[in-house]
Amino acid sequence: MDPLAALRKHPAAKWVGIALIVASLLALPFALQIAGTAWIRITNLAVLFVLLSLGLNIVVGFAGLLDLGYIAFYAVGAYVYALLASPHFNLHLPWWAILPIGAAVACIFGILLGAPTLKLRGDYLAIVTLGFGEIIRIFLNNLSEPFNLTNGPKGITTIDSVKLFGLDFANTTRFGEVAVSGTIKYYYFLLAVLVVVIVVNLRLQNSRIGRAWEAIREDELAARSMGINTRNMKLLAFAMGASFGGIAGGMFSAIQGFISPESFILNESVMVLAMVVLGGMGNIWGVILGAILLSFVPEILRYSVEPLQRAIFGRSIIDPEVIRMLLFGLAMVVMMLFRPAGLMPSAVRKRELAVPKEAL
Amino acid sequence: MNRPTQLSLAVALALGLAACGQKEEPKKAAAPAPAAPAGVTVTIAHAGPLTGSIAHLGKDDENGVALAIAEANAKKITIDGKPITFKMMSEDDQADPKVGTTVAQKLVDAKVAAVVGHLNSGVTIPASEIYGKAGIPVISGSATNPALTERGIKTVFRTVGRDDQQGPAIASYIAKELKGKKVAIVDDKTAYGEGIANEVEKTLKAAKVSIVGRERTTDKETDFKAILTKIKAKNPDVVFHGGMDATGGPMLKQARELSIKATFAFGDGACTDEMGKLAGAAAEGMVCSQAGLPREAAAPEFVKAYTAKYGEIKQYAPYFYDGTMAVIEAMKKANSTDPAKFAPEMFNVAFTGATGNVAFDAKGDRKDAEMTIFKLEGGKVKPVAIVKGGVSTPFTGAAPAPAAAAPAPAAAPAAGAKKEEPKKDEKKK
Amino acid sequence: MDIFLQQIVNGLTLGCVYAVVALGYTMVYGIIQLINFAHGEVVMIGCMAAFSVIVALAPTGLPPLVIVGVGIAFAVPVCMIVGYLVERVAYRPLRNAPRLAPLITAIGMSIVLQHLALLVWSRNIIAFPQIVELRLYHLGTGEHAAAISNIQIAIILMSVAMMGGLIALVYRTRMGIAMRAVSQNPQVAGLMGVDINKVISFTFVVGAALGAVAGVMVGSYYGIAHYQMGFLLGLKAFSAAVLGGIGNIAGAVLGGILMGLIESLGAGYVGDFTNVCLLDNFLPGFTAVCEASPESSLFGSNYKDVYAFIVLILVLVFRPQGLLGERVGDRA
Repeated sequence: MDPLAALRKHPAAKWVGIALIVASLLALPFALQIAGTAWIRITNLAVLFVLLSLGLNIVVGFAGLLDLGYIAFYAVGAYVYALLASPHFNLHLPWWAILPIGAAVACIFGILLGAPTLKLRGDYLAIVTLGFGEIIRIFLNNLSEPFNLTNGPKGITTIDSVKLFGLDFANTTRFGEVAVSGTIKYYYFLLAVLVVVIVVNLRLQNSRIGRAWEAIREDELAARSMGINTRNMKLLAFAMGASFGGIAGGMFSAIQGFISPESFILNESVMVLAMVVLGGMGNIWGVILGAILLSFVPEILRYSVEPLQRAIFGRSIIDPEVIRMLLFGLAMVVMMLFRPAGLMPSAVRKRELAVPKEAL
Repeated sequence: MNRPTQLSLAVALALGLAACGQKEEPKKAAAPAPAAPAGVTVTIAHAGPLTGSIAHLGKDDENGVALAIAEANAKKITIDGKPITFKMMSEDDQADPKVGTTVAQKLVDAKVAAVVGHLNSGVTIPASEIYGKAGIPVISGSATNPALTERGIKTVFRTVGRDDQQGPAIASYIAKELKGKKVAIVDDKTAYGEGIANEVEKTLKAAKVSIVGRERTTDKETDFKAILTKIKAKNPDVVFHGGMDATGGPMLKQARELSIKATFAFGDGACTDEMGKLAGAAAEGMVCSQAGLPREAAAPEFVKAYTAKYGEIKQYAPYFYDGTMAVIEAMKKANSTDPAKFAPEMFNVAFTGATGNVAFDAKGDRKDAEMTIFKLEGGKVKPVAIVKGGVSTPFTGAAPAPAAAAPAPAAAPAAGAKKEEPKKDEKKK
Repeated sequence: MDIFLQQIVNGLTLGCVYAVVALGYTMVYGIIQLINFAHGEVVMIGCMAAFSVIVALAPTGLPPLVIVGVGIAFAVPVCMIVGYLVERVAYRPLRNAPRLAPLITAIGMSIVLQHLALLVWSRNIIAFPQIVELRLYHLGTGEHAAAISNIQIAIILMSVAMMGGLIALVYRTRMGIAMRAVSQNPQVAGLMGVDINKVISFTFVVGAALGAVAGVMVGSYYGIAHYQMGFLLGLKAFSAAVLGGIGNIAGAVLGGILMGLIESLGAGYVGDFTNVCLLDNFLPGFTAVCEASPESSLFGSNYKDVYAFIVLILVLVFRPQGLLGERVGDRA
């Protein structure tokens, strides 16, 4: 134990740790490539979910506003990208122009959705945001008659991919011996965006705005009497959370090349919320962990559960998909029963969320 | 523990888990490079919704593929001098395009020889981009959206007709045989339902039939009384619904509860015996279309073999069966199990399968796709007419193509008698 | 006028279905301020359980009403057990936890219940046997006279009966007093000698029983059952409960009926009000569409779900306690 403790206290320890992480993150796709390109795709989707979770974390974790319709902002961002960079309207704006536009549009939607809900209490807020999420999805599905805005259920196909430094991110380029596939290029792009988003989140959390949110979350009345403009702060929370969702949505469009309203159903909102809650609301690192776990574990189950059944029973008794969903549901229940503040709660949250031992 | 250490542990965990995934891969990837001298295992994959609201159809398709593979294995085929064992790898795409593309990537990584799937057009279209890039042929037995084969990808095929063939078929039947003058159209706002409903609308308008109502609903809806009441006010002769039996059945039932007398017409999504169960007596007399020949005219051996092993055929199993057979035929023709070699041969296959003569045109669509019009009687859908190139011929019970063995004798007199009844019923209306 | 009347009948029946499901939500929320997401799945399980019984008994010659009665008699205890177990396992340990924890657990239980049902009853769409003979009663004469069926009448009557029974339970029995006490202030109720755990379990069990009956109603009315049918139904029913005033029994019923009417009338008439040719008279840009397809509208019946949600949002913005006021405890 002692050598380890001494090592940990070494002044350079922190930097070595960070360097290790950075190195492993950069090398990750090539390690995953051995297992199959599918795993890099899964990682990319996981990073998208991390972005979403960080965005929802601002609303739910920092400001304490329960949002069950968060996926609507993801959808808005995705559709803005798709409409501005596909054959649908024959517009082909470059990604660096569209992503900010998408974020801005999502931001506006965030304010629109947040404005009517300012006076609502927790559970009502949840239902109203859920309603908004559904409304946006229904509109996206139906705005194909009489004027074709979103192409309805058929979705928008052949969305332009990201093009950077002359490299098209959809195709594979060879750097000498190494073949870097489109998926890997998107991975690095997503990683870069993720770093920026994390930095922004960290700065937000430790700023006046972040502290105002914390105050509102703990006791809104007291916050207001301290002079905090709760209305503007709440709207800001919605707006910022939504804009992160919008950026993630735009990237989703570019990576997938095809979007349809089916990808933005209520189930997805619930999953993102579960990631935030499981990871540890309000704690940026916890949320990231939650998102990674909930993105990877179902996929790992998909790959492992069926051979296991075959090995034990000789045939597949229960379909892997059903087992996957069962385990997901059970995990949510069990997690909440034994560690309700999340896997990595922030110290503040831990105090706040500790279940009081007094008997009812 | 400080944060960087925590994070590095998390990353290490992720890597470890990925490595575990890697260990699974060798067990799964069963399509080796075609170099083994002794028996070669070739994996044909099936992808479709195995959970969700149309999971019963996805399972049906999987059974069709499994049956084809079992039969091929029983025949002990040799390709390029080596005995081949076929294996099926089945994946659930949850009818969700996002999951579908992940599944597609997984199958590509597993180096399967071909993919028979998916079920929904909305999933097959993006997934086929991934298969196309990897050169793996994908053949769907149920994706009817025309866009699937219009993108110039040379490895996309389908054994089922397209919405822009099926829609006009049922529409011309409505206009000519049912003599509908006022038609109301409903769709379930899915890519399939909307697609076929729009085709029907287009054809009917061209035939100068008056469209008195155009309603839309969702595929999860169960209460249609509001829109049916609205339609009732317009007095249609025929109501066409683009959707699956999950919405078609309740809709039909509720229409009769509202005393709507119009004949209901559906596309292949609701052309199942399930309609008789869902709508009960209300389903009698409904009309629907299916792409391809009716199974009464096509291979009875398939029906026998399938029902013996899996029970009732739900819907698209014969098409998926034919899709798998097409792949195997292409492999035999090319004398190779390498997708790069047998994929071009897919354009040259021609055989008689469970759904009639199977051959593909230059786009990958089924050549000379015939459409069959069915009518529901006694709780079961029975073929009444065959539409080819816009011309409708009453179904006589005899197979138009030289199918193996005469169709089950019971079908012939029943179908023959049926030919008379529909005409009489229409005149009464 | 006939069409309007028919839409009212449709909406009323749909509304009663929502109302009965909403009762389960409102009772649980009233007592422990928890949105019981799993309630929709309880309704589904009730429907499926009754289906199994009815399908088994249908070949025998028993009269249809008896078969349905047996179905209900079987579904109710099954759902009561499920409701009790869910409360015991997933909610009771989290009674003092912050709001979010039981919400997540509820969502998790909902997923678990859905997939357990899938394992038991398969993933197919199940045709609920229609053994009760349909009889239509026409309101008025004429070709388009509105019709109400015997099943619709049964649903409306049963909903009223259940609401009446529940009100009697809550306001006329000792258990009801205990329930109201716990909902107002659990700690003080405990001090007064009320066994809180028992009361809360009882509430869940009663709610589940109501859910079972609602499930059978839904199955009989629509003729279709599916392992995912509970979710959207539950969502709309909860919205209905909030619309009327959460925790308030009469509010749940009012909210449910209003929700049904709004959906029905919205689907029936908003399309006519936004018909493209009609709009062409007032707004530019609709002429081309009017020529091409005169029967289409800007906001038709496909926006049916939206109308319900929009009304909910409007009510909550302008009257957050719901139409009839909420009845929940004074928890800070």
